[in-house]
Amino acid sequence: MSDAILRRIRPEQFREVILLIVTIGLLAFFATQIPDYFNPRSVNRLTTGLAIPLVVAVGQVLVVLTRNIDLSVSSIVGLSAYVVGTLLTRVDAMSPLMTVVLSMLLGLALGAINGAVVAYGGVPAIITTLGTLALYRVVLVEFSGAKTVTTADLPDWLNDVPSANVLSARGYDLRLTVGVALLVVILGQLTLRYLPFGRRLYAIGSNPDAARTAGLPVKRDVFTAFAISGALSGLAGFMFLVRFGNITVTAAQGLELQVVAAVVVGGVNIFGGSGSTIGALLGVLLIETLQQSLLRWAGMSEFAKDAILGLLILVAVAADAIILGRLREMWVRVRRRDQARAQAAAAGEGVVRGA
Amino acid sequence: MARKLGRRLRSWEGLLLLVLLVVLAFNVARVPNFLTVVNQVNLFQLGIEKAIVILAMTFVIISGEIDLSVASMMGLSAAIAAALFERGIPMPVAILVALGAGVGLGLLNGYFVAVVGLSSLAVTLAGYVGFRGLARLLVEDRSVGGFPDWFTDLGQQGLIGPLTLSILIFGVLAAVATVVLHLSGLGRLTYVIGNSASVARFSGVSVARTKMTLFMMSGFVSSLAGLLIAARLGAVRASTAEGAELDIITVVLLGGVSIFGGVGSMIGVLLSTYLVLNLRNGLIIAGVTGNTQTGIIGLLLILSVLVPNLAGRGRERLRRRTDPTVRAPPTDSAVAARSPVAPG
Repeated sequence: MSDAILRRIRPEQFREVILLIVTIGLLAFFATQIPDYFNPRSVNRLTTGLAIPLVVAVGQVLVVLTRNIDLSVSSIVGLSAYVVGTLLTRVDAMSPLMTVVLSMLLGLALGAINGAVVAYGGVPAIITTLGTLALYRVVLVEFSGAKTVTTADLPDWLNDVPSANVLSARGYDLRLTVGVALLVVILGQLTLRYLPFGRRLYAIGSNPDAARTAGLPVKRDVFTAFAISGALSGLAGFMFLVRFGNITVTAAQGLELQVVAAVVVGGVNIFGGSGSTIGALLGVLLIETLQQSLLRWAGMSEFAKDAILGLLILVAVAADAIILGRLREMWVRVRRRDQARAQAAAAGEGVVRGA
Repeated sequence: MARKLGRRLRSWEGLLLLVLLVVLAFNVARVPNFLTVVNQVNLFQLGIEKAIVILAMTFVIISGEIDLSVASMMGLSAAIAAALFERGIPMPVAILVALGAGVGLGLLNGYFVAVVGLSSLAVTLAGYVGFRGLARLLVEDRSVGGFPDWFTDLGQQGLIGPLTLSILIFGVLAAVATVVLHLSGLGRLTYVIGNSASVARFSGVSVARTKMTLFMMSGFVSSLAGLLIAARLGAVRASTAEGAELDIITVVLLGGVSIFGGVGSMIGVLLSTYLVLNLRNGLIIAGVTGNTQTGIIGLLLILSVLVPNLAGRGRERLRRRTDPTVRAPPTDSAVAARSPVAPG
């Protein structure tokens, strides 16, 4: 690793580059194994599958950055999909915009409950959201009376959404939902990079005590992160409704672990303070590619999917800790040396050669 | 005397006991002969395998770590035994291999957590997904059964009187776990590490070896529990014991063990085990379905931390208002001890 590269790129950015290389390598590998791998239908199916986990993952990144975790997301997705779906079958005059806003508001409220209990009630996030994961699901079960929302009952405009495209070229489509998800990722990244709120999330996760001592509104920011995670899960609930149409009480069950896995694989530190929504995007992409490709690959049993995913999480976390730790040391060393040189030059004592 | 009793009741175990008595009273009032041995055996059979894993999970959480992979290890061990048996290997050998595999899986978790130094949340999340995946590879979507009679009898019939093997194992392990946690060196180390791993390391405690031991214990006990489920149900699927980790962790935390480690007692955990068994039973009587039961227990879990926190803060505020000499900054101790952030 030459010093010149280390001066340009921060160690955290290597993570994203490595992930991208791994994903491309994986795509290249499967392309040699599976005939007609890049046919439009399969590619469309892959990209369409990204939308829901992506939107939820962006919210999860905000929460994990603050050293917390939100395991209740899948229940929020399921509940908002069901409630909004039921409303649509009963009330005729629901406009598309109102439907989206309503599902996000419902998610926001549920996320705010999580946030209030964690930030102001002092209950650890893992306890709170394990509890609400079960609790919100129960609300759904009780609310539904074991009935199912079916596609036939939903208004026509809703059934047109899944096939709506933002871009389309030679059979390759970028669905509207995927476009929205990518927009969420970009907005999330901009927030984290440039807004004071985003910068504070890193500060809180890096050292909560220091953040508190420095006078940052730790409680309010943690609360907001959970509320946003809830609202985005609500949006994902709407996407779930338009994608599947049929909503049962088990809707989106298990999504929380897929999302946490994607976020961890995407290089967001589970102890907070480092990570990006771009990383989460790459994590979701890698996992989704792997899962969809294994289904089509004759060389491996379809039952191997989870075993490989588990291995992937372990490798990602271990590589992150070991390789990144070393890179960071090298980066710090180069930085120190540069600073020392600059100081020496500034002091007019001549450049220290070969130091 | 009364004051002493009051202080006792204000402790976590006292509160649990109080709630337990209320639930127990409800059950006794609604079910005739609730407290007979047969009824109690049936009550325990509802979740005996989870109760066994709870014992090991208590150690892991007190040491400041967590093991999300227990249910997957239960399923994988059962699947290993079933797959071997299916290929004509005698059941006793299959059982031994499965138990050995359980220790190996625990060792794997422990190695990455204790030696490599990764977060146990991330490592055991990988185990949660990966071990379940291995179970799927072994038994795919089949249901493997046809075990020898002695094996299924062990799971279903009383061994000593009405007491099944599972209950006997739980009884023995509960006694052993209580003694080890509160009276042995390993138990002391577990608390010391949970309070501060770095202090423990500087005091010459082998943190890595202790944590490895705890994760191996967790793997072994999970494997044992998985085999007991296989014996009780007489069949193994890839989804055996799926979702059990939530119940297990809930009971441990409800028992007063801090998720940040260093705090908790085996008595509290045993009380909360019995409380949750009774609660589920009472809810069944009251006509509440399984899913809703889990939700109620989830709510209980949140309240069990939230209420003491809020009560502690209220008391603090009251004290400051009535006592002008107290001018200390509001460092609400209950919140500090269980602050919303995980240990770094």
